[in-house]
Amino acid sequence: MSDHKRLDGDRNDSAPGDEGVNTHEPLSGVKGYAIGLALASLLTAAAFILPGTGLIWGPAIPAALVVLAIAQMGIHLVFFLHITTGSDNQNNVIALAFGVLIVALVVLGSVWIMNHLHHQLMTPADMMRMMR
Amino acid sequence: MSGATAQAGRQHGARGHDPYALGHGHGGGGDHEATGHGEGGPASKRIITGYGFWIFLLSDIVMFSGFFAAYAVLAGETAGGPGGRELFELPRVAIETALLLLSSFTCGLGSVATERRSVFWTQIWLLATGLLGVAFLVLEVQEFVQMVAEGAGPQRSAFLSAFFALVGCHGLHVGVGILWLGTMMAQLWVKGFRADILRRLLCFNLFWHALDIIWVALFTIVYLLGSGA
Repeated sequence: MSDHKRLDGDRNDSAPGDEGVNTHEPLSGVKGYAIGLALASLLTAAAFILPGTGLIWGPAIPAALVVLAIAQMGIHLVFFLHITTGSDNQNNVIALAFGVLIVALVVLGSVWIMNHLHHQLMTPADMMRMMR
Repeated sequence: MSGATAQAGRQHGARGHDPYALGHGHGGGGDHEATGHGEGGPASKRIITGYGFWIFLLSDIVMFSGFFAAYAVLAGETAGGPGGRELFELPRVAIETALLLLSSFTCGLGSVATERRSVFWTQIWLLATGLLGVAFLVLEVQEFVQMVAEGAGPQRSAFLSAFFALVGCHGLHVGVGILWLGTMMAQLWVKGFRADILRRLLCFNLFWHALDIIWVALFTIVYLLGSGA
């Protein structure tokens, strides 16, 4: 079945969040939302509890939290918003990809540039703090 | 290949649902929700509305990214005032997170009830979503009031300005979402499952789920990273 999906250029679209999207997949209906809730709860709990347990190497905690957050956003997109990789969902995925690109440019670009400026405009007090 | 496709098309056609348009353009009777070529004509209004709203949500997220960038840049600029470590109370944030996640779940159950055309259950789940949203908002306002009372208002430091702008903007979205939810409940009550009401419900569900996605980024970047975990 799945090879026909890709070979057939003629396809329907589906609205994001449409319940009909997943009717032929195991994530449909209440079950899909329940799985999404369980996974999201697990990731949220991990994000809140893990840093306090000492299970993660201290300096790696921010990276771990970011990874958990990105994973949880993926769970939300797939199980709640029904943005999947199905061929009837391509328009929605492409729009999402564009959004992610802009968000990454704005956030990472700002942090990068402002950190650079911060280093160049360091006050003597900051300098002393950095030297210590 | 085309024989197999037509066969698959008939298989789905029996249920009146043909997500990959397999029966389309092969004499399979077409589909009124097909894209703008073939006998089905342009995509249905529901799909176009949903797509348009999805674009709006993505631009809303792009707007939030500006606030996130400002917060990330200014997070350390406390001007001698209190920082995240002193101000943030993680237990309250955990409860807020649980409330919003649950409300996203009940919102999803509402959309399943809508799919099954059950007015009663749609209203019940919308009401549950709204109450959870109100509880979230109450906790957030409580936090803001407490911070301002401690002299940690938005005018105290650049860090706090960025904090109130970002978290307040999300709270404002939740507030608007609750107003929209109330409107949808009233419209559903009066007008029932008309096509336009169904489209609005679809957009509302998308909006509410998107708010939860933004909150995931928010509690991670602002509260968990900010409290110096």
